[in-house]
Amino acid sequence: MKWRRIKAIVVKESLQIVRDPRSLMIVLLIPLLQMFMLGYGVNLDVQHIPLCVHDREGSQASQGLLHQFAASPYFSLQAPMGSDAEIRKSLDSGRCNLAIVIPAGFSKGLADNGGGSVQALLDATDSNTANIAANYARSVVAAYSAGVQMEFIRNRGGTVQTLTPVDMQARVWFNEDLVSRNFIVPGIVALVMAIVGAQLTSLTIAREWERGTMELLISTPVQPMELMIGKLLPYFLVGMVDASICLALAVFWFEVPFRGTLTALFLTTGLFLTVVLCIGYYVSVAIRSQVGASQVALLLTMLPTTLLSGFTFPIDQMPPAVQAVTYIVSARYYVTIIKALFLKGSAWTALLAPILCLALYALVMVFFASRAFRKTLD
Amino acid sequence: MADSSPMQIVVDGLVKRFGAFTALDGISFGVAHGEIMGFLGPNGAGKSTLIRILCGLLRPSAGRALVAGIDVAGDPEAVRRRIGYMSQKFSLYGDLSVVENLRFFGGIYGVSEAEMPERLRFAVDMAGLTGREDALVATLAGGWKQRLALGAAILHRPAILFLDEPTSGVDPGSRRRFWNLIHALSEEGVSILVSTHYMDEAEYCHRIALINRGRLVALGTPLELKQHSLGGELLALEGERIGEAIAPLARAPGVRDVAMFGNALHVLVDQAALRLPALLALLAGSGIADGRGRRIDPSLEDSFVHLVAAKLPPTEVAS
Repeated sequence: MKWRRIKAIVVKESLQIVRDPRSLMIVLLIPLLQMFMLGYGVNLDVQHIPLCVHDREGSQASQGLLHQFAASPYFSLQAPMGSDAEIRKSLDSGRCNLAIVIPAGFSKGLADNGGGSVQALLDATDSNTANIAANYARSVVAAYSAGVQMEFIRNRGGTVQTLTPVDMQARVWFNEDLVSRNFIVPGIVALVMAIVGAQLTSLTIAREWERGTMELLISTPVQPMELMIGKLLPYFLVGMVDASICLALAVFWFEVPFRGTLTALFLTTGLFLTVVLCIGYYVSVAIRSQVGASQVALLLTMLPTTLLSGFTFPIDQMPPAVQAVTYIVSARYYVTIIKALFLKGSAWTALLAPILCLALYALVMVFFASRAFRKTLD
Repeated sequence: MADSSPMQIVVDGLVKRFGAFTALDGISFGVAHGEIMGFLGPNGAGKSTLIRILCGLLRPSAGRALVAGIDVAGDPEAVRRRIGYMSQKFSLYGDLSVVENLRFFGGIYGVSEAEMPERLRFAVDMAGLTGREDALVATLAGGWKQRLALGAAILHRPAILFLDEPTSGVDPGSRRRFWNLIHALSEEGVSILVSTHYMDEAEYCHRIALINRGRLVALGTPLELKQHSLGGELLALEGERIGEAIAPLARAPGVRDVAMFGNALHVLVDQAALRLPALLALLAGSGIADGRGRRIDPSLEDSFVHLVAAKLPPTEVAS
């Protein structure tokens, strides 16, 4: 292996990257775009659920309950409905996900024996959101009931003494506000890096075949290892710039708390980038057309990273067979590491296992990528 | 080891098959130090395949090829360090400038930093691109591109140069300049193997290998090929509607071959002086009133057509 040849390739690749400002802009802008789209688009928090109400009674008591709903940040109250048909229509059209119907005898029931009932209608096409909405609605109603109960007791001249035998106080760690964005955004960084990294290199070899420059290149004494290193180094730099943009966005724009060390972050990001660059390079060697290589690289990085890295679906809830598969998804390790670095600020020692796995992965990929290229036209 | 043999390239019974198709069928020849060997043959004859095997880009199916004394199939990397190659398709980087391309290939071929400035100047001079060193290669005209590609191929002073149709699509003036460069290299001792389908270019070569359908049809100096391959003397016959005389001429005594060449018929006979009067009489008898003829020196094209036609039905003779 000769450093002189590697240098010649590095210079040539860098010049070609710079000579193509449009592609360079795409490479730098796409991560930005993806971060914003996914950062805002993927939000598992349910807030401002559109709510319709049909108050058949219109009493002080029923308005009091509706007021509680209106005050909750989880619901946004739409205009009141006049009939069941109207309710049905708004649920159908998606104007609201939840409809609360208060029956005519509501306040009378409360006054008689403290037992009134309201009806909640839910659009459960998205069952997850429906479940969450039902729970929120239940808690709003429960809070209201408690108030009614106390007033009821007070009115009878009793003293209010609520006794709860066991009280569980949950303290949430690492993501104190339970904001889903805080654990999703680091995962998005991994996803964007995987996609962009493999795209960066998926074209390098295919382009040489398509432009006819490869035939001359393989007639020279250049070694496959030199070619790989020379081609990957400039893209590694571009990839690290991309990574820095993504990470900075995560911290400064999305305000995800960062508690780890920058050294650990950049070291592991470098390892992950090496893996995805090698995947792209390998694909580029195997598929000699730019369009084909780009498609395959996208498929190989985006799907596993989205589905099997623990970014969207928790790995420990997958069937055992699928869990086994996740071990060959490099993003699995990086997602684990980056989430821990962001939210937990874990020490090196706690992350040793995934870091070592990622490093081993990178090593294996470099080995395969360096051997993939054969200097022959056969 | 390379110098112990008088031959820089030795090809012995080379065969290359692509599936059921045999691209090269037992080719053998040698190229000496400083020799310019031309490969002449129709498209698809196997010229590019042969050059690619000698550059180590393809593995031979059978037979052996020694380049600079090294078995190409055994140690292609050692061969690659000693050769320069110009592929049929222009293969420098269009988005890099003239010097950037040269510097890249210089680096790849291991030209030392100390030697680089001199070699760059040499290549730029040779290509006639002085003052345009920073021009992007994509903006250059064909002739300059070809000379630059040649410059890139000889930066590292290879002992052997492979040029695959280097002048296709280049104007005649540029072609002549290109051939002057090839001859200058040959005088410095570089062995050059060049393929072409231009007959006139083949005349510039020291020796010519005529290839058709993967077989070596003839091998010799241009003069030898012209004189001996035909096995007779050549007459050129002209006249109104001369084409109609092909059939009767072919049956005439002493006639070995008849072929149309532009407006004339080239007739191969055993002895030109002896047969000409009888053939002119035959033209007159066939209703060609203004028939005239003379003995001519055969061109390479004559021998090419003759040699290739000998192996093929006439309709398949390519230009």
